[in-house]
Amino acid sequence: MRFNGSDEYVSTDDLTLAVNAAIQLQRPLLVKGEPGTGKTMLAVQVAKALGVPLLEWHIKSTTKAQQGLYEYDAVSRLRDSQLGDPRVHDIHNYIVKGMLWQAFSADSPVVLLIDEVDKADIEFPNDLLRELDRMEFYVYETRELVKAKHRPIVFITSNNEKELPDAFLRRCFFHYIRFPDKETMEKIVGVHFPELKKTLLREAMDVFFEVREVPGLKKKPSTSELLDWLKLLLAEDIPTDALRSKDRKTIIPPLHGALLKNEQDVHLFERLVFMTRAKGA
Amino acid sequence: MLIDFFLKLKSHKLPVSIKEYLTLLEAMGKGVIGPSVDDFYYLSRAALVKDEANFDKFDRAFAEFWEGVETIPGIEAQIPLEWLLKQVELTLTEEEKKQIEALGGWEKLMETLKQRLEEQKGRHQGGSKWIGTGGTSPFGAYGYNPEGIRIGQDRSRNRSAVKVWDQREYRNLDDSVELGTRNIKVALRRLRRFAREGAPDEFDLENTISSTARKAYLDIHMRPERRNTVKVLMLMDIGGTMDDHIKLAEELFSAAKTEFKHLEFYYFHNCLYDFVWKDNRRRHSERTRTWDLLHKYGHDYKVVFVGDATMSPYEILQPGGSIEYFNEEPGAVWIKRFMDVYPKCIWLNPEPEEIWGYRQSIQVLKELMNGRMYPTTLSGLERAMKVLAK
Repeated sequence: MRFNGSDEYVSTDDLTLAVNAAIQLQRPLLVKGEPGTGKTMLAVQVAKALGVPLLEWHIKSTTKAQQGLYEYDAVSRLRDSQLGDPRVHDIHNYIVKGMLWQAFSADSPVVLLIDEVDKADIEFPNDLLRELDRMEFYVYETRELVKAKHRPIVFITSNNEKELPDAFLRRCFFHYIRFPDKETMEKIVGVHFPELKKTLLREAMDVFFEVREVPGLKKKPSTSELLDWLKLLLAEDIPTDALRSKDRKTIIPPLHGALLKNEQDVHLFERLVFMTRAKGA
Repeated sequence: MLIDFFLKLKSHKLPVSIKEYLTLLEAMGKGVIGPSVDDFYYLSRAALVKDEANFDKFDRAFAEFWEGVETIPGIEAQIPLEWLLKQVELTLTEEEKKQIEALGGWEKLMETLKQRLEEQKGRHQGGSKWIGTGGTSPFGAYGYNPEGIRIGQDRSRNRSAVKVWDQREYRNLDDSVELGTRNIKVALRRLRRFAREGAPDEFDLENTISSTARKAYLDIHMRPERRNTVKVLMLMDIGGTMDDHIKLAEELFSAAKTEFKHLEFYYFHNCLYDFVWKDNRRRHSERTRTWDLLHKYGHDYKVVFVGDATMSPYEILQPGGSIEYFNEEPGAVWIKRFMDVYPKCIWLNPEPEEIWGYRQSIQVLKELMNGRMYPTTLSGLERAMKVLAK
């Protein structure tokens, strides 16, 4: 199995190599990067390109590692015992499989996405060490060992909200998705909006990278925000001239709400625009 | 050969482990990559480096190790002159071109460049004569000479590996901060006291089973979630000499904020006096009397002062010593009051422990705190938490 990017996802050389190394060595791939650079999309696209099913495990702050393995539904069993349901005699009926178990027991290799692992409790990654390393775990209730039939291709994404423990990192390959340069960005946009006019694209791209370079922004606009913004520009049918008017000092880019998500950032941006205008006049 | 590579990374202080090294070898054995240094660079980076902050260190170590392999002597001397000319035209403005002409003319500059290229045998870095990177010679890249000519690193460069690791794009991310937020959090975790308080919203399995068995009907029991009930009052020095420690203070603060449910924090300046405040922008209008703190927060609160304790001893010991206003009682009295009310009271000092002995004010405060002053290193934090948790 080899991943070579797809017509919906632009993968840089180093990313492709990291993905292939992870696939061949059957180790998890940890993907970090600025929000909105396509970390989650990567797993989706790899699954699509390889033609294997995708299992997604989205992590929240309350997620426990155990929930990825299995959960024992004691409440329904208790209820069934009251109602005299015959199912109650078999504990297997009350073990709910988690995403990892599903991935381990699948008949063909699958792609497993563990999304935003940094959102969970600080000990969460440590609780998954053996599971990700040996791809097996023990079910105490039924005294059985669940072992992966085929080692799944595991993608783990992180936004760096919490640092991950070393022991966990040692078991993974690592890739940091860098913010794309203008060239790669044009390719990415081309993949999403093939019919976009060249001129509009160029102007929009200039505005976008200009906004990104404004010093002191709390949240710089990212790839996914650029795509949203372009979608809006297309939908509103904004003429290219509106972007181009070279005394850009006088205007704030149309529909800037798609790029700047923070009130303080908008204020800062307006203030900077105002200052440059004052200087220019 | 690769063992040397591994050791080279180690010597550059990269946190690489043997397990990761074996992974890399396994990957090579399985033929994940072709025989290309580019691929090897990407593969080894994916396998060995797990934090983008370390990419820059890795790039440097890699460049150093592969210098002999990749840089075929004379490779830069083979750049065709036309290409250079075109490149220069692209990089220079009209004004600069005029300047160059004034300095002896275009031809002369090119001639010197050609001559140097012939003289030069290998790749070069730094220095002021040879063509290479990072120097002050007029030829090369990343240079400072205003009439410099850029070689390579043009806008649409082909991404050959040397250039990728030569770009050192991850420079900004490199931080050698020992005390990351995670470390701080782990240290703060020592200060946990779990208890069940509040609304019963968690299913109590064991209690339900035993109660059901006893009563012979389904008797469901709920219980409150288990939470960290430790209460912390944090008082932070702000402004002045603390400006040097802002990053550390921020990290400490953010770690504490997520770790403790009951965290109260206030700011003070240099030493504790009659007033503290919560919002630095409104420190003069919205102040809280220190007496109110002592009355409001019970003595089960654990008090953590954060400050560098670097000031004139007068500011601690004399009435009116404060640099901001006339304080009727000296800071020492306030510290003493806190010590009396809160048995668990410590001071964290971001200044390195070695220099404490040379600063009188630190000595004074440490004495006031009964010696419970700790540096904000990992071990210091752990010692401090142990004292608080006792």
